[in-house]
Amino acid sequence: MTISRRLKAFLVACTSVVLLVVYLPLALVVLNSFNVSKSFAWPPSGLTLRWWHAAAHSSGARHALVVSIEVGLLATAISLVLGTMAAMALQRTRFFGRNAISLLIILPIALPGIVTGLALNNAFTSIFGLELGFFTIVVAHATFCIVTVFNNVQARLRRMSASLEEASADLGARPFMTFRLVTFPLLRSALLAGGLLSFALSFDEIIVTTFTAGGHEQTLPIWIFQNLFRPNQTPVVNVVAAALIVLSAVPIWLAQRLGGDAEAMGTAAP
Amino acid sequence: MSTRSGPSPARTGLLLLPPLLWLGVAYLGALGALFLAAFWTTNEFTGDLVKVFTLDNFRSLLDQPVYRTITARTLGVAVLVTLVDAALALPVAFFMAKVARPGLQRLLVIAVLMPLWASYLVKAYAWRGMLSKSGPLEWLGISPGYGLTGLVITLAYLWLPYMILPVYAGLQKLPGSLLEASADLGAPALTTFRRVVLPSVFPALVAGSIFTFSLTMGDYIAVKIVGGPTQMLGNVVADNYGVANNLPFAAAYSVVPVLVMLGYLGVVRRTGALENL
Repeated sequence: MTISRRLKAFLVACTSVVLLVVYLPLALVVLNSFNVSKSFAWPPSGLTLRWWHAAAHSSGARHALVVSIEVGLLATAISLVLGTMAAMALQRTRFFGRNAISLLIILPIALPGIVTGLALNNAFTSIFGLELGFFTIVVAHATFCIVTVFNNVQARLRRMSASLEEASADLGARPFMTFRLVTFPLLRSALLAGGLLSFALSFDEIIVTTFTAGGHEQTLPIWIFQNLFRPNQTPVVNVVAAALIVLSAVPIWLAQRLGGDAEAMGTAAP
Repeated sequence: MSTRSGPSPARTGLLLLPPLLWLGVAYLGALGALFLAAFWTTNEFTGDLVKVFTLDNFRSLLDQPVYRTITARTLGVAVLVTLVDAALALPVAFFMAKVARPGLQRLLVIAVLMPLWASYLVKAYAWRGMLSKSGPLEWLGISPGYGLTGLVITLAYLWLPYMILPVYAGLQKLPGSLLEASADLGAPALTTFRRVVLPSVFPALVAGSIFTFSLTMGDYIAVKIVGGPTQMLGNVVADNYGVANNLPFAAAYSVVPVLVMLGYLGVVRRTGALENL
């Protein structure tokens, strides 16, 4: 495509500035995790590993990390099952209300988190009489994670031909056997992508979590949020934040290895 | 030709039952119960729920100036954040889709996606550092500090990838030959942008705006981190529930973003933006 030199320079400048503004604050967090000053005075007067050492020994952060991982794994397991079931049910079937069901699955993520959080909190405590805690966080997270698995599996099923499953049935396989030997292997990478997204979504979520965690259970985002405003905790919070920034390269790297469908990894993740 | 007519209704029903029980009964039921609670009140002295139908909560939302101001401010911030993101996303996405060579293009997609995976809370926290009294912006003498301006910057920063990605995808579908035809016919770059590029990426911009709008309206965490004394709709809902223990009023106010989003979705449905999500 032909494009004038001036326009190209303008576009290059815009893109560079935007990327700079995107990465500068993140770089600052990482740099500040080595900052000697406890209040992150700029420019740093010296660098230290003290805060990383302190963070490694923070039992609160460690416990919150374990809770976050457990919640993420359980919520992902539930959404893998329910999301796959819903996608397979809607596959190649046309019936009244099909679009309504798709909308229903997207709803928990399309509505502002505060609405979902408040609604689930109210249902847990006043309708079901449950004590808020680990269990209610998992249920809440699974609710908005189903959509990631559903979307990935549905996209894969749409590209898959029905003839393989039909051949399996013709050869006498029961539906479950067909699923185990034919459908599931074809779905595997879609399930992996959907599961990864679901875990990331759960791991990062804070708004719905604040409404469903109660006073005793802390996920990592809640721990960060509660310690954010405590001056003597900020260096440790900052180290945790820096570690999370570095770790956010992992899913991108995984996505590249899973077939380079990086764009698919970016959809449906508020 | 196959004589099969797809899976049996029994199989479809069995597969649908668990997800429908979870989302259709439990989740929709919870939303319904919340909506119902919006028409109740709490006893001022005991704090107990008074389950008598009344429109009082909605009346105070409309009548009391403080809530009208907060609603207007929240909508204003949502519009501003959306416009800032659209203005930033257009040149970046255009460069990515139409100018950059394939290798660089791939790299740029990753560069835009990476921060999407960085934790929301960490990004808001990063701007708390940028805007702080001892931070680099203050050092440069250009820090707006914690407040409304800082909040708009932070929210625009948080949601930017949600705008860049759909616009980039939309621009990729726009044939380069159209741009060349426009240039061959003598149109200056700005005219081509206005008459060719903008109309064809409009649905993608709208798709991005659904995210920026909805996410801004429900946010209250970033507001607490960088907003200073600023009150947004989300804070009022959260505080009414968490601090004042007034579920009915929180429920009533949380109906506002749902109505705004449903109205917005209804308006933009004609642009075909929903297929771009």
